[in-house]
Amino acid sequence: MKLRTGLFAAVAVAALAVTSPVQAKTFKFAFQGDLSSLDPHSLNESFLLGTLGNIYEGLVLYDNNMQVVPGLAVSWKTLTPTTWEFKLREGVKFHGGQDFTADDVIFSWQRAGSEGSDQKVRGAAIKNITKVDDYTIIAETPAPNPILVRDLAFLYIMDKEWSEEHGTTNATSATGDDKGNYANLNANGTGPFMVESHQADIKTIMKKNENYWKKDIPTNVTEVIFTPIKEAPTRVAALISGEVDLVYPVPVQDWQRLDEADGVKALAGPEARTIFLGMDQSRDELLYSNIKGKNPFKDQKVRAAFAHAINLDAIKEKVMRGAATPTGEMVAPQINGFVESLNTPYAFDPEKSKALLAEAGYPDGFEVTMDCPNNRYVNDEKICQAVTSMLAKVGVKVDLLAQPKSKYFGKVLETGGYDTSFYLLGWTPGTMDAENALSSLIVCQNKETKRGLFNLGNYCNTKVDELAAAVGSETDQTKRNAMITEAFQILKDEVGYLPIHQQPLSWGVSDGVTVSQRADNALDYRYVVVK
Amino acid sequence: MISFIFKRLLQSVVVMLAVALIAFSMFRFVGDPINNMVGQDTTQEEREALADRLGLNDPFFVQFGRFALNAAEGDFGISYKYREPVSNLIKARLSATLELSFVAAVLTLAFGIPLGVYTALKGKSLISKAVMSLSLIGVSLPTFLIGILLILLFGVVLRWLPTFGRGDVVAIGWWTTGFLTVSGLKSLILPSITLALFQMTLIMRLVRAEMLEVLRTDFIKFARARGLPDRAVHFKHALKNTLVPVITVTGLQLGALIAFAIITESVFQWPGMGLLFIQAISDVDIPIMAAYLVLIAFFFVIINMVVDILYYTVDPRLRADSTA
Repeated sequence: MKLRTGLFAAVAVAALAVTSPVQAKTFKFAFQGDLSSLDPHSLNESFLLGTLGNIYEGLVLYDNNMQVVPGLAVSWKTLTPTTWEFKLREGVKFHGGQDFTADDVIFSWQRAGSEGSDQKVRGAAIKNITKVDDYTIIAETPAPNPILVRDLAFLYIMDKEWSEEHGTTNATSATGDDKGNYANLNANGTGPFMVESHQADIKTIMKKNENYWKKDIPTNVTEVIFTPIKEAPTRVAALISGEVDLVYPVPVQDWQRLDEADGVKALAGPEARTIFLGMDQSRDELLYSNIKGKNPFKDQKVRAAFAHAINLDAIKEKVMRGAATPTGEMVAPQINGFVESLNTPYAFDPEKSKALLAEAGYPDGFEVTMDCPNNRYVNDEKICQAVTSMLAKVGVKVDLLAQPKSKYFGKVLETGGYDTSFYLLGWTPGTMDAENALSSLIVCQNKETKRGLFNLGNYCNTKVDELAAAVGSETDQTKRNAMITEAFQILKDEVGYLPIHQQPLSWGVSDGVTVSQRADNALDYRYVVVK
Repeated sequence: MISFIFKRLLQSVVVMLAVALIAFSMFRFVGDPINNMVGQDTTQEEREALADRLGLNDPFFVQFGRFALNAAEGDFGISYKYREPVSNLIKARLSATLELSFVAAVLTLAFGIPLGVYTALKGKSLISKAVMSLSLIGVSLPTFLIGILLILLFGVVLRWLPTFGRGDVVAIGWWTTGFLTVSGLKSLILPSITLALFQMTLIMRLVRAEMLEVLRTDFIKFARARGLPDRAVHFKHALKNTLVPVITVTGLQLGALIAFAIITESVFQWPGMGLLFIQAISDVDIPIMAAYLVLIAFFFVIINMVVDILYYTVDPRLRADSTA
């Protein structure tokens, strides 16, 4: 009997727990992956940073149009080309009640450089920070850096006191003394939402921070419940059945289903990620081809022939259900440095393609193996299949090797020795600035200076290198943009890459919910309104 | 008996070591774990330093030896992805998987055996024929598809049952249970049916085949000749004699229920070990994969041992052999 009363009590408590107070607005959403950690310095990945952006904040924030707006800093200016002064926001409190001061900024910057951190690149954008007073700091950069504030948007600020109290002054790591430390499962930020409970890969509940410094944020949500749902059909079913208010990503082939169902709709917008094809332009003989003794991709005509053989509109219509934005440039319109005039794709012209191949000495085409991920980008493998059949029509026989991302990246990246001849890749500049695309993808590979390390096919042009270096330190925006344009123009003339499209963001939302779809696929709860 | 159990436990250690060894030799083909642990901007040097710290550059047998030694002390390492001890992660999910498998096993036996007996005895009735043809669906449709179809029908169209997750759970120590809340019980229905369906039809067909076999034997004819009532003939004599193979298969299938809950768990986003494992494969989270496989091997060994012990109680001939 005693046991039974105990059980009833447990049921009653559970029942109480699910009935919510009157005014509360709960927003439930599901994403395909999970929040692997709550530590803002643990992983430089868009979902983690996007989600933690509701809990932690940087000195600056991105608004819903990816524009930089003041965050924990109210203003900033350059004193010399390499020193910046930041005025910090006064009166901001962390969720635990601690005051936000200059010490927290310095502490967080140091923490981002600690061993387990995956934010070292962002941390390294600053050489030193000096505290002038509690609400003023001076940051020195190693070299003039026109886009410093963009680097700071995802460098989240933690409280020094709290971190010291809980022994989490270094980023949580998978090894050593800092493995799985306190900040991995607990959070204390300044953002509009606070973590109520977090079970990795099961459920995360966040509550509105009533003391948030910014009072005029649109949201009316008091509680956010996040569940990862790995399988796409289950995710879509959970949305249609009304168990969650928002899911992403939704497979593009399911859009029609969402449109036909009551009370839900598909929400599509262009993502800032550009999908493109790259070719090995540095080896004297391709690793995977029937052409021996020379590398066809070294010939601009062959690269141009490839460009003209690929029908981007067909990929858009057939593979992406009309949702992609075909592109001719390596950066998306949301990226600083994008130029409309360069965005026209190479014309689809199979005849010209055949002629170019013949001119280059391959009238019957040739064979090449293409590397492609099959679970990384929207319909990645299908894009590769479409490209394979389009190239077949001009005589190029492509052997497609589509693999899961862990296998694919292990092969084509530097770790695998750039073991590829022809590949598909996607890239969103982490700083939302074209310089990142130039220095990672387009300049010559250089292991010492660590530039061009994601230029897997090693497209290399010294003029582009000079321009990219100058772009990195030029603080005059007009001059800087002119140089970016020039570099992209050379790349385009030489057909260094074959841009395909900006892939679509694909969310499903129920009708009662308004959200803002940010181009980096982040869900910002500040803009979520539930009816 | 005690020496028997002891021997079995010793064997289980060998089995688990063998599983760990095979698992480890396969991990090299899963892909590069580092790439899943860092963002796109992370430099090559940092990637290599991380691989070094994780010991991924050590020779194969050094890595395996380290794993085996730590595992012997109950330490399965730190998940690469969650940066938490694997034992904590598994502990948090064990209850979900075991509850699901338990309900599925109960469903399997509660429906499988009676239906098997019924279809064997009343082979010509319409109901038997209907059950037999329906069981074909259970055997032939993939679990994934059954799960999705159930979600569509009961979750999306009728909206009677939740489409994913475990509902609200009550924590009793580290064990979380869904048996005590309405939403927890409702959440159990679809996944457990999905998981049980294949096993249920398998057990049913097995019981039916065995029953038909036994019913043809002489001692059943004698029993009937002695004028025993049908009920006693069917259940006391016939059914009891079919049970040895049924127990073997049921035991193995119970292991399979736990192990193959992977698919059901991922369709229903059931927060169990199988889901953890399948995530770990795509993230190349070696510590989780290794621990899971070893644990499953352990379950199989234990279940087999229990099955062997059950033989003794069901079949008197075995008892006679062992005393002789």
